[in-house]
Amino acid sequence: MWMDEIALRLPSTMTQAEIKLCSLLLQEHFGEIVEKIGVHLIRTGSQPLRVIAHDTGTSLDQVKKALCVLVQHNLVSYQVHKRGVVEYEAQCSRVLRMLRYPRYIYTTKTLYSDTGELIVEELLLNGKLTMSAVVKKVADRLTETMEDGKTMDYAEVSNTFVRLADTHFVQRCPSVPTTENSDPGPPPPAPTLVINEKDMYLVPKLSLIGKGKRRRSSDEDAAGEPKAKRPKHTTDNKEPIPDDGIYWQANLDRFHQHFRDQAIVSAVANRMDQTSSEIVRTMLRMSEITTSSSAPFTQPLSSNEIFRSLPVGYNISKQVLDQYLTLLADDPLEFVGKSGDSGGGMYVINLHKALASLATATLESVVQERFGSRCARIFRLVLQKKHIEQKQVEDFAMIPAKEAKDMLYKMLSENFMSLQSIANLIERRQFETKENKRLLEKSQRVEAIIASMQATGAEEAQLQEIEEMITAPERQQLETLKRNVNKLDASEIQVDETIFLLESYIECTMKRQ
Amino acid sequence: MAGNKGRGRAAYTFNIEAVGFSKGEKLPDVVLKPPPLFPDTDYKPVPLKTGEGEEYMLALKQELRETMKRMPYFIETPEERQDIERYSKRYMKVYKEEWIPDWRRLPREMMPRNKCKKGSKPKKAKDAGKGTSLTRTADVLKKIEELEKRGDGEKSDEENEEKEGSKEKSKEGDDDDDDDAAEQEEYDEEEQEEENDYINSYFEDGDDFGADSDDNMDEATY
Repeated sequence: MWMDEIALRLPSTMTQAEIKLCSLLLQEHFGEIVEKIGVHLIRTGSQPLRVIAHDTGTSLDQVKKALCVLVQHNLVSYQVHKRGVVEYEAQCSRVLRMLRYPRYIYTTKTLYSDTGELIVEELLLNGKLTMSAVVKKVADRLTETMEDGKTMDYAEVSNTFVRLADTHFVQRCPSVPTTENSDPGPPPPAPTLVINEKDMYLVPKLSLIGKGKRRRSSDEDAAGEPKAKRPKHTTDNKEPIPDDGIYWQANLDRFHQHFRDQAIVSAVANRMDQTSSEIVRTMLRMSEITTSSSAPFTQPLSSNEIFRSLPVGYNISKQVLDQYLTLLADDPLEFVGKSGDSGGGMYVINLHKALASLATATLESVVQERFGSRCARIFRLVLQKKHIEQKQVEDFAMIPAKEAKDMLYKMLSENFMSLQSIANLIERRQFETKENKRLLEKSQRVEAIIASMQATGAEEAQLQEIEEMITAPERQQLETLKRNVNKLDASEIQVDETIFLLESYIECTMKRQ
Repeated sequence: MAGNKGRGRAAYTFNIEAVGFSKGEKLPDVVLKPPPLFPDTDYKPVPLKTGEGEEYMLALKQELRETMKRMPYFIETPEERQDIERYSKRYMKVYKEEWIPDWRRLPREMMPRNKCKKGSKPKKAKDAGKGTSLTRTADVLKKIEELEKRGDGEKSDEENEEKEGSKEKSKEGDDDDDDDAAEQEEYDEEEQEEENDYINSYFEDGDDFGADSDDNMDEATY
């Protein structure tokens, strides 16, 4: 397949950019030891435990710990090979997804409010958790933020959890199969984890009863208190875990589908109008569960069905809906296509075409930003010309291979450059932070002292004295640093949006071949 | 290099045009320092998107970065730990919750062979005396025998781990009774096979061991 040609032609520097970024992400989230092991696996592919230890010059003990962390966070998987040797393999693309955590969490907030937000956050921070563990953690966290005397019920958190499972935003992890005792042989070197398709979103019947608890204030004393009590392990009661062994994780693909839908709706709103975008949004919502993540089209939907599914209170007549659908299907962007006449007209969303348009628009704006508007104009003309030629053929797949190849190559190159950008952003941020390390530490110390003094009821004058330990120029420096770090962080998030669009297109295209 | 031009001889041993300079063009001045680490660019970037969502995600991102450092999954190198301990001990108490992997989901080789259990007290009879120091030597010898039989060449690693384990154990300070009880119960609940011991507080930070925590190396180093 010519897709393979492209993959081979791409410079190895592209992989280098990915590896560099993975290294920075792993190091920031898990520390240098986990980073060392993770990067090694990304570079070398699948390896057994001892080879990893030997090749990285790390102790077995530390390699094991690192692998435990990586496996827990779904970044490394294992497989039993011949002669019972277990090999570990890293998932590079999954490591890169760590960039997107804020977006996953914020999206959940917009859909399922604070409770949903914290559920997804806990799942991402911990890799995987049982439902009972999540519910307890989230109830505790929410209780912290509530007024004195108020607590969050486990039941409420459970309800939100169920909704997230029903809409596939969280899913069950493959689990250890329950072995019958008829198998007397020696236990295997590693379990084979399995999951049934139909069980993936099945919430166990739990009766989680309880309320969130606040942390005791004595645990949080700052400045010089004798050792604080270590927090109790989550199972500080003696009850057995009701859903022991049933772990859940965030379903990143489902989030990606949501982002894609958002981008399409937004593009339609910009290009046409609010009503058109609402119709498209409705069609996408109807197709949420029935469309696979790499499908080129949604399932055909009849105009009648669409009419029935429009949001409550959206008052357009059936005729007006049909007019809009016709307009959408006729639009050169071809986001919507007509696939038949029954049921008042059958319509689909052209997901692949939509992604292609979005990715192209992204490319255009990147060219503009990097090389100025003159170049952007030329680039747009070239693409337009291609587009006109495209319209002369019915199916996108019938475009001459060379054109499609070029397009894909451009997307891959731009993707590589975006990854490189993010790596640069992170390095710059770390550099700025390191340069100001001493000042930052001083500032943190002063804040901590002030906080503890306030807690013990110090006078205004005393507090002022401490505050003045930081001079005015130092304050200025800190302000500048904060502003720069914020900019760099915000840039990372924004560049990741570009990566998302490009990769969605690339993935969709690769799968079609 | 350029000094010989006036004598009518070619000054360069290579084709200057290949590097991008036309013949006779004035070359740029010799630069005596490395290029700037973060040079200016021709086009200034487009301003960042702003909005409620963007602001929230920014704050969230920075918060997550800090949170992850405090989680048990963040494994610090010994040098890092010293820094943080010194600072945090005096001004902020940062403690890490324990994390014990679900061993049932992992390859058997992931379980550490170390018999060390943190702060295990002889009076907690539940674990059938495996944790007591009296039986430790016997256990160590037994383990070595087992490994010799298996002959998989990992003996030296195991022996080292055992030795480190015994060192760690003798240095441990007081432990909270409650926590220990919780650990013991964890141990019993989760432990299926008799012959595998593991460190209960596998991923725990050694902060809470009172005054001598600087010396207390929780993680074996090699």
